[in-house]
Formats: sequence, structure tokens, C-alpha cells
Amino acid sequence: MAGGISYTVDETTKLSTAEVYAKALSDLALQDPRIVVLTSDLAKSTKIGVFEERFPDRFYNVGIAEQNMFGIASGMAKCGLIPFTSCFAVFTACRGLDQVHTDICYQNLNVKMIASHAGTSFGQAGTTHHSTEDIAIMRSMANLTVIVPADGLETANAVKAAIELNGPVYIRINRGFDQIVNDGMDYGFQIGKAVQLMDGTDLTIIACGSGVFQAVQAARELAFSDGIKARVLNLHTIKPIDREAIMKAVQETRRIITVEDHTIIGGLGGAVAEIIAEGGKACAFRRLGLQDAFSPIGLHEDLMSYHKIDANGIIETTRALMKLDFEEDDNWEDEV
Amino acid sequence: MGLSKEELARLETKAHDLRHSIVNTVLFAGSGHIGGALSALDIMVMLYYHFMNHKPGDPHWEDRDRFVLSKGHAGIGFASILADLGYIEKEQLKTFNLTGSKLGIHLDSNRIPGVDASTGSLGHGLSIALGMALAARQLKKNYRTFCILGDGECDEGSVWEAAMAISHFRATNLVTFIDRNQYMIDGNTEEVMKLEPFAEKWRAFGFDTLIINGHSFNELHTAIEHALVASEKPVAIVCNTVKGCGVNFMEGNYKWHYGAINEDVAEQCHRSLDQYYEKRVQEKGA
Ligand SMILES: Cc1ncc(C[n+]2csc(CCOP(=O)(O)OP(=O)(O)O)c2C)c(N)n1
Repeated sequence: MAGGISYTVDETTKLSTAEVYAKALSDLALQDPRIVVLTSDLAKSTKIGVFEERFPDRFYNVGIAEQNMFGIASGMAKCGLIPFTSCFAVFTACRGLDQVHTDICYQNLNVKMIASHAGTSFGQAGTTHHSTEDIAIMRSMANLTVIVPADGLETANAVKAAIELNGPVYIRINRGFDQIVNDGMDYGFQIGKAVQLMDGTDLTIIACGSGVFQAVQAARELAFSDGIKARVLNLHTIKPIDREAIMKAVQETRRIITVEDHTIIGGLGGAVAEIIAEGGKACAFRRLGLQDAFSPIGLHEDLMSYHKIDANGIIETTRALMKLDFEEDDNWEDEV
Repeated sequence: MGLSKEELARLETKAHDLRHSIVNTVLFAGSGHIGGALSALDIMVMLYYHFMNHKPGDPHWEDRDRFVLSKGHAGIGFASILADLGYIEKEQLKTFNLTGSKLGIHLDSNRIPGVDASTGSLGHGLSIALGMALAARQLKKNYRTFCILGDGECDEGSVWEAAMAISHFRATNLVTFIDRNQYMIDGNTEEVMKLEPFAEKWRAFGFDTLIINGHSFNELHTAIEHALVASEKPVAIVCNTVKGCGVNFMEGNYKWHYGAINEDVAEQCHRSLDQYYEKRVQEKGA
């Protein structure tokens, strides 16, 4: 069984998120001989090359052949190994999807898919490399756990938790460096449990991945300039979703904004919307993300701002949302 | 008929200018897939400046020959050709990769006139090209379709699904090129995922398969002439090339699959390209 890993911020500031993942997985592999790694000519790009250096006989580069890779991972998992696939998000959730669906998720196999270059984090590569539908796609797979870590240390936590969980897991990370959200690994990361980063009563910003840091920035600014008290939830696990934290936020703040580097259809925002709709409590609600569009080309930070999923975008939407009235009344004119 | 001396010289000069343009574009962008752009360049030059029927002023002309750069990451090379031919403004190359630009790493047919398919996800292009070739037959058109694959790209099973279908449908109006530069991202193709015996694979899939030097316009010319009159078997041309061709410190070094360059490095590239050109025209007698 996987024992432990514990890294500090200082140890990891010089590492990109993918580098932290590669380090965590290599350290954990030392403790668990069942772990093997597969990649599709992306050892260098996904940073998992360090695993190959440490465990050359537990590393399989299958060439540029994602479908083959997921099929092989399935077979390995059937025989007791814990395969980690190291591939871009778009080539996991799209290029290899049939194998992911039938060979891995349907058969509930112990494959851990590390999906890098997610969202618009490889913005300059254009639409073929943007991954802005993967949360929606992967969330719809029965048996699959979907995790979108906010930074490197959370990724390390997610990798560790994924090993401890028996079943398929999708971990979605970005290309390059993420802003630091967590100042250590001991903040009680648990699959399926949102982390409350700030408390507030006026509205709740629910975010995942690169949206989390932006949400915290926005909440700080809103408190300072507008006196708005925003709660911030890091909903790192999209599935299983933390229904309790969402409904608590609805009841206590009555205003919800979701933030994700992903289409607003079917991802974090879609998942939260489902919970709210079934919860039966009215609330003001906005989904920030790609508005049913493919993204332009550009740097990640510029695209975050273009799609209004940066702090400024969140602040703008918050201000608009605060103007809406959600008293229990018979007046439907002002309901949205 | 072989290439005339004048035509050969024209193509050599064009390729040389375009190599410089690629280096400049990588410099504007800060980084880029320079290795695979330089290896595929001569094939694209041969097609765009000699064989293909196309009208830069009318990119949607129905009867144009179609081109699919299946190894879409070589877009930084293709972009220089499109700029030189006037499909896009030369100035646009300066915006390569910048936020809001139409030009990103992989050229996008929604954004760039002259690009027939949005590629970048490897293993798609040959099927798309086959669709274009079958459409020509269906619509009784005479246009031809040309497709360039990377060798690493041929790890993708879908390439072989397309190959099987091309020979099944006898799509002889499609010419398949493989940029056999021996490298992919993580290293040599034979070390990452063995492709050899490579030409035999294409033969087994029903192709008349030629193996040529993909940096020789004479050899490219002869091979393409041969492919264009094929009537029984479709033709695959395995082009032996050099990743990073023309820049001595990049040649055959897979670290330059995708690399960043600054002014100094760009300067070294330009110098090396000039030497390469001199050597090449001397050797090839252009
Ligand atoms: C489906 C898919 N998987 C992975 C990638 C990432 N990728 C971009 S280029 C490349 C290597 C391509 O090697 P090759 O086809 O030999 O191209 P060349 O060496 O000519 O540049 C890879 C794996 C991709 N673009 N598409």
C-alpha cells in the first residue's frame, strides 16, 4: 500500500504542476510495486520522464498511440497492476475515449489517468490541443472519479489519494506552473470533499483547477473594495461531487458562481447546477467558463482573462449577481 | 521529363528563403516545432511551387488541389509558404502564437485561408485526405490530394485504418508522403516504437511505395510524377529526411523537436542555413 509523501511549498515552488505529479508518483512507486507508467511519446512533455529514469522497467512508452495505450492499461489493471497513463487531457478524453469508456471505466479498472495540458493551458497550440470539454465527458463516465487539482501540492495529494482508491481516476492538470493555492499538503484533502478556502455569507464562488486561485483573488478584492463577503470553495473533485457543501452554500449565501477553465456545459458549472436544481432552493447562479465556444489562440493567462475566468471576470460577475434579488416572493419578474 | 536546371535553381532558392523565414517565425513566436518544419519543408515546396494547382487569391476554388499537413505541428513551416504565396500577409507571421492571433502552433482551417484541414491531433489527416480524394471521384473532379504524415505519427492505428481504406478504394488521386526524419518527441522512432520495416508495411497495405531523399527536388519530382499517373495502386512516398534540416546544430537532434530560440541562436541558424544552401546547390548542381 502507498505510504506517505509530504512536500512543502518551498520544495516544490521551482516545479511545474506536472513536475510535482511526476515526483509524487515516483516517490509513491517506491512504496508500491504495483504502480507502472504508460505514456504516448509524451514522457518529456508530461514530465514523467523522471519516473522512467528511476524505474525504467516499470515504464512503457507506446509511441503516439493513445487508444493502444488505454487498452494496454486496461489489461495491466486486470492483472493487478496500477497503471498511470501520462497523456494530454484532450488525447485522453477525446482521442482515446472509446478505450477509456469501455476498456477502463465500464470494467471499473484501477487505471489512473493523468491528463495534462488541460483547459486552455496550452493556449498557443490551438483548438486541437485545448481541452475544454473533458470534464463534461469524463464526468459522464460511470465508475470514474474526476479530480481537478488547483496546484502542484494538491496534485500530489490527488495522486496519493488515487492510489489509495480502488477504481479508475481522472486527474486533470495544467501545462506549466499553477499559482500556489495551498501552502502545504496537510489541509485535509479528501476525494469528494470541497475545501473551503474563505468563508463568506454574501455569495459562494465554487471553482476548480486554475479557477481556484482566481476565485481567492477575486474574493479578497471584493471584500476590500466592495465589502462583499464571498465564500470560496475549491471543488477539486467533480465526481463524486460534494452535494453537502454546495447545498450549504446555497442556503447560507443564496448566490453561487462557478469558475472553470472549461466549457460551461456539463463541467463544474453543469455539475453544480444539477445539484442546485434538485436541491429545490432558489438561488442566483452564474457559470463562468467558455460560453459554448472554442477558445481563441493565446497565452493561458490572456485566455483566462478573455473568457472572464480570471479575478477581474469573477469580480464583474459578482457585482452583477449581487444586484439580483432573491427574496421568496411571488414576483417572478426579477428571478433569473 | 526531369526538372530543368532553372526550375531546380528556383526551387532551391525558394526553399532556402523559406528556411530563413521559418527561423524568423520561430523567433517571433519565441519557440516552435522547428525540427519537423525543416524536415518537411522541401516536400511542401515541391508541391506548392511546382505541382499543385491552386489560386492564392481564391483559396476556396473548388478545383484546387488539396493539401493536408497531417503532422500539423509543422504549421510553423507551412505558414511561411502561405505567407510567401499571399494566402496571408507576411506581417502576420510576426503574430505567430501571440494571444488573439489567427496563427497558432497548428494551422486552423477556420482561421487561415489556404489551410484545407485543421490538424494537430496526430493520426487524423490521412483519413481526411482520403475523404477529399473520394469526394473528387464522386464529384467528377480532377483535383489531386496530397498528404504529409510524420513518421512518429504512423504509430497511430488510425493511420493504418486510412491506409487500408486508400488501397481498398484505390484512391490513386491521393499521394501520401511520410516525412521519415527518424525522430519523434521522446527520441528515435526505432527506440520509442519501432516502425521498421516501414516501407514494407506500406507495401503490405497495398501501396506502391517509393523510398526517396526528401530533400532532393529531383527525387521528389520523379516520385510525384510517378504517383500522378498511378492507376492501379495508390502511391506512398517515404521521404528520408533530416529533422532540423539546414541548421547544423539541430540536425538529427530530437531536442529540437520543439525549441525556443533567441536572437543569438537565430543568428547562428541563419548562418548555418546559408552554408547549407551553398553546399546543397554545389552538390546538386543547381
Ligand atoms: C494525437 C496526438 N498525440 C500526441 C501529440 C503530441 N505530439 C505533437 S508532435 C509529436 C511527435 C510527432 O512525431 P513525428 O510524427 O515523427 O513528427 P516530426 O518528427 O516530423 O516532427 C507528438 C507526440 C499530438 N499532437 N497528437
